[in-house]
Amino acid sequence: MTRTLAQAPVRAGSRAAGAGKRAPHVGLSTVILLAPACLLFSLFVVYPIFASIGISFYDWSGVGARTWVGLGNYRELFADPVFGKALANNLRWLGCYLLAPVFGLALAVFLNQTLSGMRVVRSLFFMPFVISQVVVGLVFSWFFNARLGLFNSILAGLGLPSAAPLDSEQGALYAMIAAGLWPQTAYCMILFLTGLATLRPELIDAARVDGAKGWSLFRHVVLPQLRPVNFIVAMVCAVAALRSFDYVMIMTLGGPYNSSTVLAYYMFEQTFVGLRYGYGAAIATVLLALMSGLIVVLLWQMFRRER
Amino acid sequence: MPASRFALLAVVPLLGSVAWAGTLVVNFNSAEPAQRAAWETAVVRFEREHPDVRVQLNLYDHESYKRSIRNWLTGVPPDVVFWFAGNRMRQFVAPGLLEDVSELFTPEARDTLHRSALDLVSVGGRQYGVPYTYYQVGLYFRRDVLAAAGVQEPPRDWRDLVTACEKLKARGVEPFAIGTKDLWPAAAWFDYLDLRLNGLAFHTELMQGKVAYTDRRVREIFALWRELIDRGCFSRNHASSSWQESQALLYGGQAAMMLIGNYIVANFTADMRDRMDFVRFPTLRSGVGQYEDAPMNTLHVPARARNKEDGKRFLAFVMRADVQETLNKALLQIPVNLRSATAADRFLMQGRHLLATADGLAQYFDRDTSEDLANIAMKGFQEFMLNPDRLDAILPTIERARSRIYGAPENPAPAQ
Repeated sequence: MTRTLAQAPVRAGSRAAGAGKRAPHVGLSTVILLAPACLLFSLFVVYPIFASIGISFYDWSGVGARTWVGLGNYRELFADPVFGKALANNLRWLGCYLLAPVFGLALAVFLNQTLSGMRVVRSLFFMPFVISQVVVGLVFSWFFNARLGLFNSILAGLGLPSAAPLDSEQGALYAMIAAGLWPQTAYCMILFLTGLATLRPELIDAARVDGAKGWSLFRHVVLPQLRPVNFIVAMVCAVAALRSFDYVMIMTLGGPYNSSTVLAYYMFEQTFVGLRYGYGAAIATVLLALMSGLIVVLLWQMFRRER
Repeated sequence: MPASRFALLAVVPLLGSVAWAGTLVVNFNSAEPAQRAAWETAVVRFEREHPDVRVQLNLYDHESYKRSIRNWLTGVPPDVVFWFAGNRMRQFVAPGLLEDVSELFTPEARDTLHRSALDLVSVGGRQYGVPYTYYQVGLYFRRDVLAAAGVQEPPRDWRDLVTACEKLKARGVEPFAIGTKDLWPAAAWFDYLDLRLNGLAFHTELMQGKVAYTDRRVREIFALWRELIDRGCFSRNHASSSWQESQALLYGGQAAMMLIGNYIVANFTADMRDRMDFVRFPTLRSGVGQYEDAPMNTLHVPARARNKEDGKRFLAFVMRADVQETLNKALLQIPVNLRSATAADRFLMQGRHLLATADGLAQYFDRDTSEDLANIAMKGFQEFMLNPDRLDAILPTIERARSRIYGAPENPAPAQ
């Protein structure tokens, strides 16, 4: 999902140029060409969403009879301290993920130079995003391992007392976010690099002639031109923060005792470990609503700016 | 249980549904090499004895199997499934998903089974599956590390246990290696403290949700557990270690004992085998019978299977003493059939003797009680091990889950 979003600025731009001038012709061929995609999308995306919302009104163990409980699952959910914890953790995750665009932009600006070998350096910085999240999670669980991890060796080298973030209810979440920030920063960096490539050199030259340089050149000439990229980056980071699951599954399993759980993991756990399919579906529905709300806001902002 | 939670792929799925007459589709819940080889050998033998049947053995990762079996049983099931005895089986018997296979339990067949094994596959006097293997859970310890700390004999009672802990701590050795990241290793402590203090009858009632977790007898379990926690008997940083990671402490000599199932023996190197030993969990209260955790694995024929006849023939085959003997020698586990010999392995012989002389068997916390409650309670155990002061908040949380799932307790005792 995030990978396709990367192309969004290009698509949005070309559409703004080409569409609107001519009403598209809708004929039989259009219907035939669209049918397979629509059919598959309805079958594998739309139908499961509604089926899942349907299940959220039942008490069901996955086998046997379903018992209608109406809004019972939702009532329980909003009184469930673990759900509150998971939601709060998602919001913390979101807050911390906003660091990714900042670091990403800094790196992009730094790497946006024409020096020999720059392509290699850029690829190296992009590497973490290419690695599977599961692998990143594993690498970081060893990094933070209390007995053997590099993290404690570094602390020892600095003369600091050793720490075990994955064992502590305060630290586990942030240890995972740190792992997640690594590839997320790389991703933001690449988005910003493509954005920087589309800067209009004449504007920068003109600004230089007018005496702008350093921070003010960046702040008043470069940054405004990156606006479309900013929105994509914000959206990508927000969605990544809300759907974070891989790191939790690999690094902490939501532990110690739920302290680092997030909505997506709590949904999985309730459904497949606790075998409460209805309750899991209710969490899924809330997560869907949150995501949709966020995406609608961001898309609306984007369209408004494009007009 | 011990399989890693994040291993994902099921091997050879889908093909199971294209079956023809004479094909027996068997879905197996492990892809580990030793287990796989054991079953492939058994299948070859079955096919030789039944030339009209062709067996298709589908291998799955242990954890993904647990999630998929519900879909198979209610959809298009294979002809034979692997599963667990006791409460886990009964969940599928209640909605009518497993075939009644009582006809296989002839008087002669019953004679070959431990009484508790028969109970574990029975519902209302009818049998719904065939048990083929089980193993013991107890204290695996480094004899040399204990001796170096001045502990000549493994702990037999509570005083021994506490003394051993103190001597080991004084030597800078962690008394018990444990990894609670996967939660269930902590449940072994709960099980054994309860079995040794309150006995199997109470434990069964508790597992079946008939007793409140705020009960005085449950608090006694935590009071004893706390004595060990306060003395620092459990390995540090256990919340972020899996059981596999924590066993390294034993092999490195940084820890002396571990409460775990016999599957740990497969990981001993030749050198380590000589230094390791096994002992049952210590006695805590005189007059309480000898009860053990012994998770038992089973085979079943789904009620909606296509080829039930051959499925039952396969189950009958697996019940046989000679078949269980070969299988369990390869699996390094204990055959359920009392006539089968056990592999010439020190730990298995100890285990077999322990279980054969036991007054009763439990199946392990996360198999004996509902998955939902087990998940919540085991998190409570982990939180208690890290923050024993929070017990008064932890027990009501578990109790709320218990009462949501099972309703009001049957014999309410005054809560303290």
